[in-house]
Amino acid sequence: MKLLWFHLMPYTDLPDDFREKHSSVWVDVDPTLFDPAKANGMYNDFLDELEFAAEVGFDAVCVNEHHSNGYGLMPSPNLIAATLARRTRDAAICVMGNSLALYNPPTRVAEEFAMLDVISGGRLIAGFPVGTPMDTCYAYGINPSQLRERYHEAHDLVVRAWAAEQAFTFHGRYNQLRYVNPWPKPVQRPHPPIWIPGGASIETWDWCGERDYVYSYLSYFGYKQGIATMRGFWDAMKRLGKEPNPFHAAFLQFVGVAETREEALELYAEPALYFYERCLHVDSRWSAPPGYASEASLRARMKSQVALAAERASEGAAKKSRTTFEDIVRRGYVIIGSPDEVAEQLREVAVDLNVGQLMLLMQYGNMTKDLAFHNTELFAKKVAPQLRGLFENEWENRWWPRPLPLAARATARELRSAQAPRREPKASETSPGGARA
Amino acid sequence: MTTLREHSVRVNGESVRVWEKGAGRTVGVLAGLLGAPRWTPFLESLAQRHHVVVPSLPGHAGGGDFRKLDDIADWVSATLDLLDAADLEGADLVGFGPGAMLAAECAAFSHPVAGKLVLCAPFGLFDASEPVTDFWARRPNQRAATFSAQPAEFARDVLAPPAGADELEHQIAQTRALEAAARLLWPNCDRGLAKRLHRVRNDTLLVWGERDAIVPASYAKKFAAGITGNARVHVIPGAGHVLDHDAPTELAAAIEEFVGE
Repeated sequence: MKLLWFHLMPYTDLPDDFREKHSSVWVDVDPTLFDPAKANGMYNDFLDELEFAAEVGFDAVCVNEHHSNGYGLMPSPNLIAATLARRTRDAAICVMGNSLALYNPPTRVAEEFAMLDVISGGRLIAGFPVGTPMDTCYAYGINPSQLRERYHEAHDLVVRAWAAEQAFTFHGRYNQLRYVNPWPKPVQRPHPPIWIPGGASIETWDWCGERDYVYSYLSYFGYKQGIATMRGFWDAMKRLGKEPNPFHAAFLQFVGVAETREEALELYAEPALYFYERCLHVDSRWSAPPGYASEASLRARMKSQVALAAERASEGAAKKSRTTFEDIVRRGYVIIGSPDEVAEQLREVAVDLNVGQLMLLMQYGNMTKDLAFHNTELFAKKVAPQLRGLFENEWENRWWPRPLPLAARATARELRSAQAPRREPKASETSPGGARA
Repeated sequence: MTTLREHSVRVNGESVRVWEKGAGRTVGVLAGLLGAPRWTPFLESLAQRHHVVVPSLPGHAGGGDFRKLDDIADWVSATLDLLDAADLEGADLVGFGPGAMLAAECAAFSHPVAGKLVLCAPFGLFDASEPVTDFWARRPNQRAATFSAQPAEFARDVLAPPAGADELEHQIAQTRALEAAARLLWPNCDRGLAKRLHRVRNDTLLVWGERDAIVPASYAKKFAAGITGNARVHVIPGAGHVLDHDAPTELAAAIEEFVGE
């Protein structure tokens, strides 16, 4: 079982009345809310958190790409990954990822990912998301009717560019390049492991199966809502004759660990509510540009929407007030509890969804650095050891980076002598605190 | 031809639906954002005195594959093929929204392709000081009021499926027509027509709804100023973007008067 520490980098200072006063956290998010001086602190805290996660032994640190987004301050995840390549030694670096259709020409992705793979000595996981409608069609103006064609063509170009042993001419529908010859090439040959973040698009299942890429379901709504999607993926794998290797799938889960469940309820309520109430306040007008979803996905969704609407209606009838943290926990969006309780729940999630690559969101909303460190450290010390061995004996993880041997790998000067055990966090870094002020 | 005739023509290897009704001078009709899923009161009104021919544009109900079309040259070429196949070359053309833009584009590429042009709230120009509305980025419950000045009627008559129709397939067809429009127009509804508009030498009637919430009615003057042929503007008070829905009789009368001159 692999444990990956995922950061969204949310802006932590959206006002209390954000939902009431503002229409959306995304696309037309109010630019006057962004304070660069505060963001200076946020970025540096977030980088500390990612580096700390690597130090305490998470298998990977993950970053992702969003545009014009108040809960995702990484329009360029590659910049963050570049600093992580220098400031970490053992952890894999998972860029989840670069939205291929947004790069012109897409060989830029081949170049930058290769740079990251070379600098890190072969620790890169290359994520290729299509990207959300907000990021791609609205913030970046990509034609929704062409997005997936552009994505697939860019994918073919990047993978071919990595593998090529001589310069070649690419004559695609959207990209024409006389000379494709990126320098550098990735350490991992023919290319780093490719992971595909998927949402509700049913074609992605088959594509991941046919190409042997990891299917990563990045939902903010936890394992209870994720079951149907992951079953869809595994059904597709069965149909394609693929073995049910749990490392073929990744799943994202919010987690909050404390000494006791009561303490967890107290500690994680505010950052979770901040995330679900403010960060996910996205205007529905951005959600469905025509053509973004294929007609097959649309048909599947419209059929399932009947069931979903009925479910929502019954929930709505039961509760008209605002979301509470108890709701969030009950629905499984965030898994909280003592280390043993969290370990037990995550083991269940991993087994039920058959997922061997577990991505964990341990900083969310306006969570302070202190609390993020506390969460991360408790997890690393008391939860991770209970999960590590899962699936490892039965299945081979063919989708994990294959770095250069440590002895042959260059690292940053201060990490070179760091063969010693990993640094223990200072007490001041791990005391639980409330939400970021 | 007093009854509606539906038949297929071959267009570049595809079978495409054509509707015909009425007698008299031939008028071709190119549909707007939602295509032509049904024969409308406007078409019926126009067919009282004209031979009305409605070939389906790519992506519209009965139309060909629009996903093979990338740039404006592809769209113009596909529209010229369609006009040929429907025997409309040189005929007067009435277009709506994207259909009006394609009629203007075809005339700009080759003005003898059409006779007179009636452009109803065409896309194709963009003025940053009064931009065309991003009508795709609308919540589902805002769509009717964006398209029409009579939203309740529009929701009932056009957005909702006809009696007995499959609701899911109706929604899929509507989304497909909007995707075809996106493929042609995304994101700002401008494919460079301003650079070619002077080549439109056809006599042109520009019709706009005074309350068009998608392409501001002030664009009528911009089109009229750019076209080399005689261009006249007719604004219909109280109507929104979907003129054929909001003012079927007045629109048909304005067209009859213009093409009959």
